[in-house]
Amino acid sequence: MARTLHFSIFRHNPYDPQSVPRMQSYTLDETPRATLFTTLNRIREEQDPSLQFDFVCRAAICGSCAMLVNGRPLLACKTRTEELPETITMHPLPFFRLVGDLSVDTGSWFGEMEQRVESWVHQQHSFDPNGLEERMSNDKALEIYELERCIECGCCLAACGVALMRPDFLGAAGMLRVARYLADPRDHRSEAQVLEVLAPDSAVSGCVGFLACDDFCPKNLPLEEQWAFARRWLLAHGALSDNRPTPQRIG
Amino acid sequence: MTTIVTDVLVIGGGLAGERTAIEAASRGLRCIILSLVPPKRSHSSAAQGGMQAAMGNMAESQGDSPDVHFEDTVKGADWGNEQDVARKFVTLAPIAIRQMSYWGVPWNRVVAGPRTLPDGRVIEEAKEKEGLIAARNFGGTKKWRACYCSDGTGHSLLYAMDNVAVELGIEVHDRVEAVALIHGGERCFGAVVRDLRTGELRSYIAPATVIATGGYGRIYGLSTNAVINEGTGMIIAQDTGVVPLGNMEAVQFHPTGVVPGDILVTEGCRGDGGYLLDKNEHRFMVDYEPAKKELASRDVVSRRMVYHMRQGYGIDTPYGPHLWLDIRHLGKEHIETNLRDVAEICRDFLGVDPVHQLIPVRPTQHYSMGGVRTDSEGRAYGLKGLYAAGEASCWDLHGFNRLGGNSLAETIVMGMVVGETVAKDRAGTDFTFQERCAIDTQKQVEERIRKLLRGGGKEYVFDLRNRVSDILMEKVAVFRNGKDLEKAVEELQEVYERAQNLGLRSNGLGPNPEMASALRMPGMVRVALTIAYGALQRTESRGSHYREDYAHRDDVNWLKRTLATWQPGAKLPTLNYEPVKITELPPGERGYGEAQGQAPQAQAAQKEAIHG
Repeated sequence: MARTLHFSIFRHNPYDPQSVPRMQSYTLDETPRATLFTTLNRIREEQDPSLQFDFVCRAAICGSCAMLVNGRPLLACKTRTEELPETITMHPLPFFRLVGDLSVDTGSWFGEMEQRVESWVHQQHSFDPNGLEERMSNDKALEIYELERCIECGCCLAACGVALMRPDFLGAAGMLRVARYLADPRDHRSEAQVLEVLAPDSAVSGCVGFLACDDFCPKNLPLEEQWAFARRWLLAHGALSDNRPTPQRIG
Repeated sequence: MTTIVTDVLVIGGGLAGERTAIEAASRGLRCIILSLVPPKRSHSSAAQGGMQAAMGNMAESQGDSPDVHFEDTVKGADWGNEQDVARKFVTLAPIAIRQMSYWGVPWNRVVAGPRTLPDGRVIEEAKEKEGLIAARNFGGTKKWRACYCSDGTGHSLLYAMDNVAVELGIEVHDRVEAVALIHGGERCFGAVVRDLRTGELRSYIAPATVIATGGYGRIYGLSTNAVINEGTGMIIAQDTGVVPLGNMEAVQFHPTGVVPGDILVTEGCRGDGGYLLDKNEHRFMVDYEPAKKELASRDVVSRRMVYHMRQGYGIDTPYGPHLWLDIRHLGKEHIETNLRDVAEICRDFLGVDPVHQLIPVRPTQHYSMGGVRTDSEGRAYGLKGLYAAGEASCWDLHGFNRLGGNSLAETIVMGMVVGETVAKDRAGTDFTFQERCAIDTQKQVEERIRKLLRGGGKEYVFDLRNRVSDILMEKVAVFRNGKDLEKAVEELQEVYERAQNLGLRSNGLGPNPEMASALRMPGMVRVALTIAYGALQRTESRGSHYREDYAHRDDVNWLKRTLATWQPGAKLPTLNYEPVKITELPPGERGYGEAQGQAPQAQAAQKEAIHG
């Protein structure tokens, strides 16, 4: 028996002087195997061509379509309506600047984060087009790959209590990016640079350990483990004093 | 009017665009990249399989070389490509792979020792190759040559590339769309760009403009492409009236996109023994292809599937008909290990557990071999100062069929080449810019927007888009014939008329998505017409272009490339042709089992293998 779905969707177009932030209702018959990608597109085409949202790959690869669905940050493209109740509330991701309706500007935040952590391999020599590649064990390659599977969707930041209180927070995505380079033998950044990025209250020291980032990461990245790794790295390099209370996971 | 001046304007922030900008920037030029989305979200990230380069590190790569890669590529192209381009490409590909490693890509590496292949053979990886870049097998290649990073090759490449762009401080303006090229009939001066955050227009002025916007897959509605792949770069190039698009009738389809969503599931499903079933759960490929069954080539399987659905054996759904892919008999263990990605796609996007349930699939548009025609160094025909790279371009590496893994490799290799060309062309030259051209172009775009905002138009953009998609899927897809193609051209011309009368149902202000679609629509119909009209004129079958009424490759009349320009005010493209450059390998059999001179039916049954 096909259900009728009732959507309540956040609407606001900052570039329309008449627009005020509001919730708007849409009703739609549910089709088999529908995802929020197919459903939102149907709403746009059949009911409201002004509705803004972002999809690119619609295959959980590009990280464009994170939003709050019934209060939880997730990737809309890999959320099937049959997993949801009949009443579905949708909001744009918090923490990021609103573009309009369900669309937010994640690109600017991640661009700044990448500058801040220097998100590139710090090589000591220049590339030799005639030479062989540097050898690496396959296990090491797989370890690095696991740490760079982040798709910059922003769910970890939207879920993070600290990030919602301090906009300069590095977040799990930023911390993980540093961990990715620390694991890479090709990278030769200085310890001082890593300390400067990871140690402050705007980074590892500010994390209170709720670990909602880990709970809501749609790629199931090892964020809890990497926070622990980052904290241990800082301890080993004298950046955290031993008498500072170690954040505990709650619940 | 806001005007931004730079040395190089790169339109498109995927692998090809970013690699071009990096090359030009490292040669001292100031580059700005324009992108519809943050660059790391580009469609390049979706390429999972691998990147072809003759590294020769694996046991099954012994004897591989750029020569063998060259031969595979030309045969795959069905001799429709430029052989000097293919030669340059295969020579540079290994360097590109190693440079990406230097930039941080965690390529899978060779593990020395014996291992057992799925077919039971035992091979031994050499001790002296331990730790070098590994490769895996791909259809249509003689040797194992596809270098890869687990299941996310495109993702790792794109992240590494974008990180280099960040390191070099290359400016990226994301959420913008180039809506018109600024040119004076002979020279390109940049582009008029619409900010998709605010709806505002800006002019970018540059002595070099590079189109790297990827394919047009979404014009075909059912496409494995990302939703942003609407051919915007090709549209603005063709819109100049002087820049030709090459071989637009060459369109690749993949047999198994899932329904709904059109996400690709790998050929490995069939390679490992999966079946295709119809609505009666009958294994129909046995009837059509008794010898190869589901393992006939990608094009053949696609054609048989479409034919079978047309006979009424498809499963009807609100998303259109589909067939079933059945891998249940392969067993839970095999599915959870060897086909893990497939299992995840089925569960996440369909709610289907392939261990116990059937997977809904149908042939889906996959890749555009055609694009903005350039010379072998990436200079577009028709306008000085305009270049193109990657899937948006046609320097013509792929001819009429792309080899699996050659697309990722092409984006990077061509980016290297085009970035160098841009720098070479710029050296020691003055740039004189005609301001009038920018003002005129921006006025034209403003007028198009004003007309839409004024209202009065009757046609709804999503109706027209769906109509174009239906016409192409029905008549310009895996099966083509003169009668249907004529009809398609006629129907698309009607849609083109209607596209002149678009009206908005919403207010169109700021980042309004209906306005963005409406501005793209007429150009998308032109591209669709270019594909259909080129296919109608090409009375032969070559690679992915399969004519039921001309089932043979015809080297006497058609060993040539279609060049399609669009004259201002025209209702059809103007087609010209140029010879294909054969420098090394004369046309012959592709070696996929096809034989010249067979009955069309038999030849169709065996025609081409290939790719991933």
